[in-house]
Amino acid sequence: MKIHRRIGALRKMKCFPCQFSNTVKSTQFNTSALMSVFEQADIISTVEFNHSGELLATGDKGGRVVIFQQEQENKTQSHSRGEYNVYSTFQSHEPEFDYLKSLEIEEKINKIRWLPQKNAAQFLLSTNDKTIKLWKISERDKRPEGYNLKEEDGRYRDPTTVTTLRVPVFRPMDLMVEASPRRIFANAHTYHINSISINSDYETYLSADDLRINLWHLEITDRSFNIVDIKPANMEELTEVITAAEFHPNSCNTFVYSSSKGTIRLCDMRASALCDRHSKLFEEPEDPSNRSFFSEIISSISDVKFSHSGRYMMTRDYLSVKIWDLNMENRPVETYQVHEYLRSKLCSLYENDCIFDKFECCWNGSDSIVMTGSYNNFFRMFDRNTKRDITLEASRENNKPRTVLKPRKVCASGKRKKDEISVDSLDFNKKILHTAWHPKENIIAVATTNNLYIFQDKMN
Amino acid sequence: MFMRGLKRKCFDGEEDIEGTLAGIKAIPSYNLQRQSLLDMSLVKLQLCHMLVEPNLCRSVLIANTVRQIQEEMTQDGTWQMINMQNTGQTSVDRLVSTDILCRSSREQAEGKHVPGYSTFSKDFEGDQAQDSSETMSTASSVQALRNLQSNVWEMENSQENKGNFQKSLDQIFETLENKSPNSVEDLFSEVDNSYYDLDTMLTGMMSNTKMGHCDGLEPFPSPTTTTSSSNCKSDLNELDHIVEILVES
Repeated sequence: MKIHRRIGALRKMKCFPCQFSNTVKSTQFNTSALMSVFEQADIISTVEFNHSGELLATGDKGGRVVIFQQEQENKTQSHSRGEYNVYSTFQSHEPEFDYLKSLEIEEKINKIRWLPQKNAAQFLLSTNDKTIKLWKISERDKRPEGYNLKEEDGRYRDPTTVTTLRVPVFRPMDLMVEASPRRIFANAHTYHINSISINSDYETYLSADDLRINLWHLEITDRSFNIVDIKPANMEELTEVITAAEFHPNSCNTFVYSSSKGTIRLCDMRASALCDRHSKLFEEPEDPSNRSFFSEIISSISDVKFSHSGRYMMTRDYLSVKIWDLNMENRPVETYQVHEYLRSKLCSLYENDCIFDKFECCWNGSDSIVMTGSYNNFFRMFDRNTKRDITLEASRENNKPRTVLKPRKVCASGKRKKDEISVDSLDFNKKILHTAWHPKENIIAVATTNNLYIFQDKMN
Repeated sequence: MFMRGLKRKCFDGEEDIEGTLAGIKAIPSYNLQRQSLLDMSLVKLQLCHMLVEPNLCRSVLIANTVRQIQEEMTQDGTWQMINMQNTGQTSVDRLVSTDILCRSSREQAEGKHVPGYSTFSKDFEGDQAQDSSETMSTASSVQALRNLQSNVWEMENSQENKGNFQKSLDQIFETLENKSPNSVEDLFSEVDNSYYDLDTMLTGMMSNTKMGHCDGLEPFPSPTTTTSSSNCKSDLNELDHIVEILVES
């Protein structure tokens, strides 16, 4: 049944065919160099590498998932890592209509999470606002030939014409990648799902919406356990929502969830069935000198990510990235300012709704560098060891294919130096909300509105 | 608590070079800026897509900002001024029964946040007695809110708890008006009081007229003050008429 979409004032549905620009080869490496740019048909809404880094999945506003695969390393070109090419594209979620509430359910993919590989096939979880799906992505490069009762084109033979029998054999064919939905986890969330996270036991996973967190078993779709519920008895008393949640990478009983008030709660599932009482509460006291009407909004945490080691976690609020030691609850161990020059512009950013943008953040494989996005297609990296930081731009105009990315600088006030960009000329429509870092190598994926950029760092 | 200089910064950010001069001139308009922030927030709460469920996080954050402004206005004494000018108190009793009926049906339904914030008309009616320049902006926003409100109620009347969240804010305003504004704790203490406000009455009226949706879910007896409940589709005059009745009674 075709669902007619009414075009709301704030919804832009652009449909034009997928275009994939030609892969750009880089042979020179210094800091970061542009490797590939892919233009997508719709706004990219999530980016995620798989556990080996060989595959990179993106989800978009149109409910599609596009998976890129890294080419196997070429022995002759030992200094260049394999580049990424499109591997598979499929429609994960379709737009739905909730007849009871007379509201559309967006097909936009909010999150993708990969399962660790157990056999030849790959599995990932993708979710929109209401439904989570487990997808199996498998390759087929052989097909059976030589049937007795069927012709090669599929038509059935007349049995009377068969004089000899033969055994069908597998012959190689062009690689075909198939994606099929294996599980559909639906009807468990009243509010919009913002996070999914796979447990380290690889059997269960959690899904979090604005007010609740549910625990699922990957094999069971008709039942989930509610482990966190912050919905007040009286919705009138609602002042805080859940913004993100993640399982600890090593402890299968531990997870965290962040809130719109800037707090992070760590919960232990062994303590009780309903983890409404946190084991730890991470909150930094407010700086009274920076207090304004917007203090609460900018303290709202948009993303939380554990380090690979499991010792630290990183949170992203509107203006900063904070690193927390799980053993210390009263303040973060490190704070990095992403775009402090925006502090004086909060009113305008509130007016144009940019203050509600949810930026994500990510760790590199060794937990030494953290990365997050900003406006004007800028993204920032912070080196935790050297305390240096860099601002780079994901844009095709300014970055020639072979050259190294030039660090950018934003001039907050006063005299603008050459090559600096003033705050007022920043384009707030060009925002980088989603970034991902290869788990092992220095390859990063950065999503602007419609484009996916893949950069790699110097090899030696 | 709030450093006035700090709040000014964000507005001055627009004014570039003459920032320093503007800063000095801006001191008296802090209230105006705060008021416009309040207006902006209320409009934001109204202007949500009705096609897709609105973003709960965003709505909660905006509502918290509104609360914050209201708290400050209370402490400033600005709120007290509004309170004294407000004349819509006597009609309260007549609305009680409607409200209780509305509430009981709604509370049975599953809690779901629908930020269909409608009129804080009482507050704005009070505001109209204030400084004329401030009144201009608020009066027009009142109209805008009323326009939006009728549309909003149209779409939401059959849904659970549609007024709940907005009621919390209305309740805050109500508490401020009825009680001493000095007791800030009162803002959140009286959760269970009836909501003597226009919104609830209108909710009842709207729900009543959309028979198709309501019959199965929330059978409302007609509110006592409903005059012409046949067609409530964006009929602004209708609403004004009713407001008039309430205010005059």
